Amino acid sequence: MAIQRPAGEFDFSYAYDMATIRRRWQWLALLLFLALLYTLPLYANQSIVSLVNRIGIAIIAVQGLNLLTGYTGQISIGQAAFMTVGGYISALLVNDLGWSFLAAMPAAALGAGLVGLFFGLPSLRVKGFYLTMATLAAQFIIPWFTRQAFPEILNGAQGLNVQVPVIFGIEFNEPSKYVYLTLTTLIITTIIAHNISRSRLGRAFVAIRDNDLAAELLGVNLFKYKLQAFFLAAVYAGIAGSLMAHHLRHINSETFNLVDSILLLGMLVVGGLGTNMGAIFGAIVVELIIEGATLSAPFFVELFPATAAGMIQALRPLFFGFTLMLFLIFEPRGLAHRWQLLKAAWRLRPFSH
Amino acid sequence: MNWQLLPQFAITGILAGGPIALIALGLVLIFKSSYIFNFAQGQLLLLGALITWYFSIELELNLWLAIFLAVVVMALVGFAIERLALRPMTGQPLLSIILMTLGLSQALQGLALLIFGGSQRNFPQIFSAGDPYKILTPLIHEGKNITLILKQNLVWSFIVAIIGVIIIGGIFQYTRTGLAMRATSEDHELAQSTGLRIRRIFGISWGMAGVVATVGGVLLATSSGLDLSLSLVVLAAFPAVLLGGLDSIPGTMVGGLMIGLSQGLVKVSKVAIVRNSAEIMPFVVLMIVLLIRPEGLFGQKRIERI
Repeated sequence: MAIQRPAGEFDFSYAYDMATIRRRWQWLALLLFLALLYTLPLYANQSIVSLVNRIGIAIIAVQGLNLLTGYTGQISIGQAAFMTVGGYISALLVNDLGWSFLAAMPAAALGAGLVGLFFGLPSLRVKGFYLTMATLAAQFIIPWFTRQAFPEILNGAQGLNVQVPVIFGIEFNEPSKYVYLTLTTLIITTIIAHNISRSRLGRAFVAIRDNDLAAELLGVNLFKYKLQAFFLAAVYAGIAGSLMAHHLRHINSETFNLVDSILLLGMLVVGGLGTNMGAIFGAIVVELIIEGATLSAPFFVELFPATAAGMIQALRPLFFGFTLMLFLIFEPRGLAHRWQLLKAAWRLRPFSH
Repeated sequence: MNWQLLPQFAITGILAGGPIALIALGLVLIFKSSYIFNFAQGQLLLLGALITWYFSIELELNLWLAIFLAVVVMALVGFAIERLALRPMTGQPLLSIILMTLGLSQALQGLALLIFGGSQRNFPQIFSAGDPYKILTPLIHEGKNITLILKQNLVWSFIVAIIGVIIIGGIFQYTRTGLAMRATSEDHELAQSTGLRIRRIFGISWGMAGVVATVGGVLLATSSGLDLSLSLVVLAAFPAVLLGGLDSIPGTMVGGLMIGLSQGLVKVSKVAIVRNSAEIMPFVVLMIVLLIRPEGLFGQKRIERI
């Protein structure tokens, strides 16, 4: 993507050329935005803070999926399974071994990454649709493993109760506190994802996505980079899973299921594949739509009284499914593309192009 | 291993593979003509069964008439899906098409729950649940011959499924429409330039997939009851399709039966965790197939050209 710069702005040093934030007002806007986010619990009510928390965790998982699916082009419907791995590992480390959450989360990320490597192995031989099936296998085998294996440790289908994370003596025991944990993690993962995408690694990923045979001819080691993409995606999923497990304070094999995997993939498409803003936009919009489904349930109950009990379960997939389908038909490049168009239009005003 | 149980579980597994083969057939049908893998097949199955239920129980029609009407409705649903959801996706990358069918599956699942509600319902019995068939085998265990017990509805749904696979296979192999479908799957543009109306062919294959899904849904619902989790059964058919080969109709049968057999065989084990692995057995088979022979047993190996 050619970078559009306004007329009269020149790069006078390499550092300035590579800088993400170029102007003083951009720093100001960023700091204001962060200040707004961090002071949110002071004036917003519990349900909004809780929603922000959920969105933050979803963004982390989608960022990982973006590295794998958006940049490397390997379609995965197993992201939620790696969240399960991360959640379980971090829960076990904190509960049974008494680790601090600060140490348990990276360990969970690493563990999930290694499991992700294993399920990425078929990428050596197969691609496209076949690889999607391998990730689908992960989505079934991993939850089954947590249900059946080592019942004395993993507690079978019941799952585990997870302790509240304590860092430097502060207990993150309610959404208004937990949101700080999520936001701080999110900022770190965003910076890492952004820098991966514009480094050698990210360029190799894009080369594989655009034409894997050509990439291989140019000396990009396909297997190595595909496995790295799987590893990174699972690491992100592990972090998100660990955060979610400690937020919900409970985890079982159904906490992150196939529908969640589809949801994460849908968020990525709604936001825009292969863009760092896309992961953020998509997670926010889809979570808001699902929240809208929950809020509009009473209205639909009047229309379909037969389904009163399961209305929310019916509306969520319905709203999400139609949103995804409409985006695929009318804006396959996602909201990030719209955002680019909007920025370009703003820069060029009052001219149309 | 409880060896004396082996024949029983093996035969039950193979019989259970019949409906899996039929579901796999619906997937292969669409894949063969339009190169789309339909993740929404489970929801089509569910809708087919729910509509049959609606006609036969709510409207109190004759069961066979109800099935016929449901088949007609589902064929129309298939057409509609092709026209509204998949046609705009023509020429789009694989990811968009996969996501379209995934989105479709979510939308249809929500729609089914919204209209029909989520309660478990009794599906009319098609095949009598009466005396199971008993077969005496020459195998001897503890001085007695082992008797195989086959439930009637399992046997009959197996037979219906196999007949379905043979009919659809026949249509593909011996009719002009089938020939047109095979040509279309080979190369869309080439087929169109020889005068085939590929839009109509896509429509027909989606319609046929709707019909096959209804039959599969009715077979599954009559043996295991009808609720919204019916759509999940289809997930066992994905590995069957890959095992048999994505573009092979005889492959769906072999794949379906082998998946059923693998699920039956692990149940023989004395170790609890192996016994309980029946539900993920299809996916273990899937991983093995992907690592050893990705094109499946009967599928065509595609050679990549730049």
